[in-house]
Amino acid sequence: MSVMGNTALSFSEDQAMILDVARAFCRDKSPIGSVRALLESDTGFDPGVWRQMVDMGWPGMALPEAVGGSGLGMGAVVPVMEAMGKSLLGGPLLGSVLAGQLLWRAADDSAPSDSTRNAVLVALAAGAPAAVAVLDNHDWGASRIRCELGTDNALQGVKQQVMEAAGAEWFVVVAQQAGEPVLALVPAADLVAGARRSHTLIDCTRRAQAIDFSGVRVPEDAVVRGPRVAAALRDFRLLGALLVAAEAGGSAAACLDTTVDYLKTRKQFGRLIGSYQALKHPCVDILVGVDSTRSFVYHAATLLTDGELDREAEVACRMAKAQATETLKYAGDRAIQFHGGMGFTWECDAQLYVRRAQWSQQAFGDAQHHRKRLAQLLLDD
Amino acid sequence: MSTVSEQDRQEFRREVSAWLRANKPADPGFLLPQSFMEVGSEQQLEFLREWQYKVWAAGYLGMAWLKQYGGQGLDPGFQSIADQEMRRHAVPICFNVIGLGWAGPLINDIGTEAEKSRYLKGILTGEDIWCQGFSEPDHGSDLGSAQTRAERDGDDYVINGTKIWTTMGNFAKYMILLARTNPAAERKYDGLSFFLAPMQVPGIDPRPIRKLTGEYGFTETFFTDARIPASCLMGEEGEGWKIAMKTLQYERGAEAGAAGGLAFVRIVIDDMIEQLRDVERDGAPVLQDPAVRDQLVQLIMEEKAVVLGDRRAGIAPLTTDYPFSLPLSNKLRFTENTRRMRQLAINLQGADGGLYVGDEGARQGGFWQRAYLNSFSATIGGGTSQVQANIIAEHILGLPK
Ligand SMILES: Cc1cc2nc3c(=O)[nH]c(=O)nc-3n(C[C@H](O)[C@H](O)[C@H](O)COP(=O)(O)OP(=O)(O)OC[C@H]3O[C@@H](n4cnc5c(N)ncnc54)[C@H](O)[C@@H]3O)c2cc1C
Repeated sequence: MSVMGNTALSFSEDQAMILDVARAFCRDKSPIGSVRALLESDTGFDPGVWRQMVDMGWPGMALPEAVGGSGLGMGAVVPVMEAMGKSLLGGPLLGSVLAGQLLWRAADDSAPSDSTRNAVLVALAAGAPAAVAVLDNHDWGASRIRCELGTDNALQGVKQQVMEAAGAEWFVVVAQQAGEPVLALVPAADLVAGARRSHTLIDCTRRAQAIDFSGVRVPEDAVVRGPRVAAALRDFRLLGALLVAAEAGGSAAACLDTTVDYLKTRKQFGRLIGSYQALKHPCVDILVGVDSTRSFVYHAATLLTDGELDREAEVACRMAKAQATETLKYAGDRAIQFHGGMGFTWECDAQLYVRRAQWSQQAFGDAQHHRKRLAQLLLDD
Repeated sequence: MSTVSEQDRQEFRREVSAWLRANKPADPGFLLPQSFMEVGSEQQLEFLREWQYKVWAAGYLGMAWLKQYGGQGLDPGFQSIADQEMRRHAVPICFNVIGLGWAGPLINDIGTEAEKSRYLKGILTGEDIWCQGFSEPDHGSDLGSAQTRAERDGDDYVINGTKIWTTMGNFAKYMILLARTNPAAERKYDGLSFFLAPMQVPGIDPRPIRKLTGEYGFTETFFTDARIPASCLMGEEGEGWKIAMKTLQYERGAEAGAAGGLAFVRIVIDDMIEQLRDVERDGAPVLQDPAVRDQLVQLIMEEKAVVLGDRRAGIAPLTTDYPFSLPLSNKLRFTENTRRMRQLAINLQGADGGLYVGDEGARQGGFWQRAYLNSFSATIGGGTSQVQANIIAEHILGLPK
């Protein structure tokens, strides 16, 4: 078998329409002035804009109709994330979609339709923000889950960097019970006072909290366990990597455009600085990276299924993440440098991208992490 | 989009595959070129010419060109299948690439009826070898400044000057020639004209140049009062630059129309990984070395991005952001990836990396060493990577010259 593996890439009319709509929406609702206005706000996003995203059905796009979703699959979320990344539009969508995927993929089919899990999925599809509490420490690749669900169903553990946690109505807490991975569904109201600590993130367009779930008791009905939890967790990480990749790809393109615009207007030594090849050629490298990212991202979107992700889909998601974040890192880094002193200012938009790049590169595992897994998949099997 | 049914395709694929299995030539016992730019000896030439003729006679070359010009007038989808199968069976190249891939499509596209009847079939059969006279000793990347003169004299043009790096210049019957008909033109580009020129006339002297591999493949081509018929002019006087640019689009793979066949031996990263299976570094398999693994994955991704880019280029809604960026950057991405991959292949051979073709201990007979040196033919020929980057920056990103 060739290491190239599957190279399918297709894009449906539905996806094309969603991409168009999402781009127009994000451009309209998230011009750079609005992005900046939200940087130092409490929530980091505009609730009115989030409402409209809910009205368009975005949180439930990938969920089945049975829980109020539109059954379009994760392939439909990818263009939305890319469009949001391009306009630096934040908010609870990423966390909510991923919480929905994790929950839906983890439960076995025999789960009663009136279970808490079902209720959470229905609420989530209807626009109740949710977040996955997954990180026990800084290691996205950790194989051991530290957060414990005791025999009395009481949680013990602190979760790091829970995305958009402040407004989340539900938390899907990744824990282990007697060595088995489980998901505990915790409503925001169950958190004790002082359980939350807001993080200061390098990417000022996002918010996150560290949350101490210790002592929260979870009713048996709100625990998802069973044979599918482990696979669902793995797929959740891959889907997270892909969505962050799609978002980063969009941001990288916007970053490149910002840099190129400056290079076309700023003059030094009597020439537009964009005519200097020391600036020109790195821009081409970034363009090539942006192009490659898009190809990987939509290739991965092509291979996603509602069932357990296969090896090819895993390879594709990991490649997308590795490519996207390397590209955004480079694009952001050069954006600062190529703006000169201007690039060192808060006022210059380059900072938005370089900061996002640092957040994106680590989320769901950095490029080295994914390449390490890819090496196993491609060179050893 | 192709209208050929899936069943027809599959049937055709089986047919070509069977033919290739039955007709793939045995190893000739001498070094075969890895691309059309490395045909250095008569022996290689005759071998490749025979092979190309055979492929054409079997009906697997020029399938989409019109019947009256030696083709078959079929859907281009068939040729793609034939090409894929040739690649899969790792048969020799169809060497007459400047004809098959650039001059042929150009003539098909803008040539007169007389030019089509005269030239196209000989390109396909391999009877008429074509070369390209663009670059000059003092004008390579800056092709628009080419100085070779073409002066009208009665029914002839008289050519004076020097072309260089002329691939297969010593074997060719025809040359696509870019020459200056009007040195006084206000814009240097407007003084250029394009010729379909015969090589076997007095006053044309192609002298082989030895390449960095020690082999041959191109010439310095001297023109001293060489007379070619005025009918060799393609288009009008002064249109040379426009036509040359069109030719380069074919050459860089940015425009379709080629007759088909393999232009070079395709070397993929799987080949490289296979040759490393028994190599050790620091007493352990080199493929277990974490640093090496990381580099390999990066190269695999680079190669895969090229393949996926070709797929995405065919999907309109996913190409609106930077229109034509994928086809225009294809050459740059592909050739640079190839170069890096081949260099790493040597780097990972341990001490064997220092051996070359001719040493009995060289891995695969020094295949990777020769392949790496040859890879620069593609990062320099057809417009250097740096010039490609300029073109992309200016045409796709709109950056100033
Ligand atoms: C194997 C091989 C086969 C060839 N076959 C043919 C053939 O059949 N017919 C033919 O006509 N030609 C052929 N060529 C020639 C080829 O097209 C030229 O070598 C090429 O266009 C570069 O020109 P040059 O050699 O004069 O290099 P130069 O133009 O002198 O370039 C030297 C260096 O300067 C860089 N450079 C030049 N200009 C710029 C710029 N504006 N910005 C940044 N960097 C720049 C180049 O990238 C290169 O690194 C062949 C070349 C090779 C290697």
